[in-house]
Amino acid sequence: MATMTRDETQALIQEVLEVYPEKAKKDRAKHLAVNDQSVEQSKKCITSNRKSQPGVMTVRGCAYAGSKGVVWGPIKDMIHISHGPVGCGQYSRAGRRNYYVGMTGVNTFGTMNFTSDFQEKDIVFGGDKKLAKIVDEIEQLFPLAKGVSVQSECPIGLIGDDIESVSKQKTKEYSKPVIPVRCEGFRGVSQSLGHHIANDAIRDHVVHNRDNDDSFETTPYDVAIIGDYNIGGDAWSSRILLEEMGLRVVAQWSGDGTLSEMELTPKVKLNLIHCYRSMNYISRHMEERYGVPWMEYNLFGPTKIAESLRKIAEFFDETIQANAEKVIAKYQAEYDAIIAKYRPRLEGKKVMLYVGGLRPRHIIGAYEDLGMEVVGTGYEFAHNDDYDRTIKEMGDSTLLYDDVTGYEFEEFTKAIKPDLVGSGIKEKYIFQKMGIPFRQMHSWDYSGPYHGYDGFAIFARDMDMTINNPCWNSMQAPWLKPAAGESEAPMAASA
Amino acid sequence: MPNVMIRKKEDGGLLFYVAKKDMEETIASVETDTSDAWGGEVELTDGSRWYIDPVSPPPNFPTTLRFKRAEG
Repeated sequence: MATMTRDETQALIQEVLEVYPEKAKKDRAKHLAVNDQSVEQSKKCITSNRKSQPGVMTVRGCAYAGSKGVVWGPIKDMIHISHGPVGCGQYSRAGRRNYYVGMTGVNTFGTMNFTSDFQEKDIVFGGDKKLAKIVDEIEQLFPLAKGVSVQSECPIGLIGDDIESVSKQKTKEYSKPVIPVRCEGFRGVSQSLGHHIANDAIRDHVVHNRDNDDSFETTPYDVAIIGDYNIGGDAWSSRILLEEMGLRVVAQWSGDGTLSEMELTPKVKLNLIHCYRSMNYISRHMEERYGVPWMEYNLFGPTKIAESLRKIAEFFDETIQANAEKVIAKYQAEYDAIIAKYRPRLEGKKVMLYVGGLRPRHIIGAYEDLGMEVVGTGYEFAHNDDYDRTIKEMGDSTLLYDDVTGYEFEEFTKAIKPDLVGSGIKEKYIFQKMGIPFRQMHSWDYSGPYHGYDGFAIFARDMDMTINNPCWNSMQAPWLKPAAGESEAPMAASA
Repeated sequence: MPNVMIRKKEDGGLLFYVAKKDMEETIASVETDTSDAWGGEVELTDGSRWYIDPVSPPPNFPTTLRFKRAEG
């Protein structure tokens, strides 16, 4: 396969930057880089977590999206009020496919939308009374809700409502946590700050709740899954592997998670963190306050799964370590068969990724297990420490793009001609119309799970059915096709 | 004067993490690192230098400490 050299990639970046005005060009140049594995610190080659330029197409979200959509939203037995105008809550409702078990509307509320539906008078006179009324109504209509979180939308910060005092008063009144989250959308440059704010709210209102309560019986093998949002059931296919190893999964954060699971997390022996970007803050806090160590793991593709399971087992005794080997051996026949089936169909295919905060580096291993190569990757809202970790995973002189603009992504794709692009819904139809096979890597294109050994089977099948789909040969109208045999031409003309 | 969380890395080195700035760097050298005090001037791998009055007895990591930017 003809991979690009360093100079060629650099030249491509220069060429793409050419259309920008001088100032924008200077700024965007800092966000595009050629990967160099010898670089230890990413900040020497790529800038991240900066404000997007006005006028370019970015696909970033806001702080509210990071808090309500990502961190708090999947906690199923709490009600998350989208406090402010109705749109933010409605358009983010149930779009993330965080699966959960429970009776929706009775004891779980994941796919429901609760909003204070701000009107003009609420902006003028303040919405605190409305918030108090909503909490009262929730208590009446959904008595099994374990708590309420107030997810602020932009106007709350702008008009200066005191959601903290309402929350405090209602917490007292109902002896249930009512948690104010100051995640107004205008804060920060992307959803990343929303994750941080949400983590801080969990730190201040949840994690310490059972500090003086020892009634929970612990075992030496307690772990918590943190930062797995159970997209299409991801956390479940991860959890069974840990349980087969002999570990006890006490909590799932926050896909299919509950408030009491979060409260019990400080009592575990090890925090396992999948999405580092969105949940490292709370893991760091628990390490400092409760001495719970944390580690990042990666359950995409058999190579990384084996690596991660062994690394997890190292924190425990020999039984667990032996169990980890048993689990890997148990599934070997299964994943060998998958690789044998799909690798010949996918070998050598090139992939470009542009996802959120962990998948651009985590999935690389899974593609490599299928013989595919990731030739370009980038994050919407990563920080320097994410790129530090990415540089090692990516091949030399591949392309890195931070907060890529719509224009840049299209131009890169036209030049590199990957066999597959993995990104989100906003990119999907553009690339499909360009004739490039595409998978949504945020929502697994309504498939999944992709984590764990079970997930790998689905991942391999999905990639195969996308790339080798016969529709990609029919991208050109029949009458525009170069005449291969004259016999076809009259048919096309008559059609 | 940022609050800095210092934690041990897997290889035994120390990480210098400023939550507000989301900055995570490895500590290259510490001026005072004895059995009864830890602190002084701290140099990071990115070349920046920070100062803290030596803490005695040495703190148990991970912990949050308040650092100053070292002058000059």
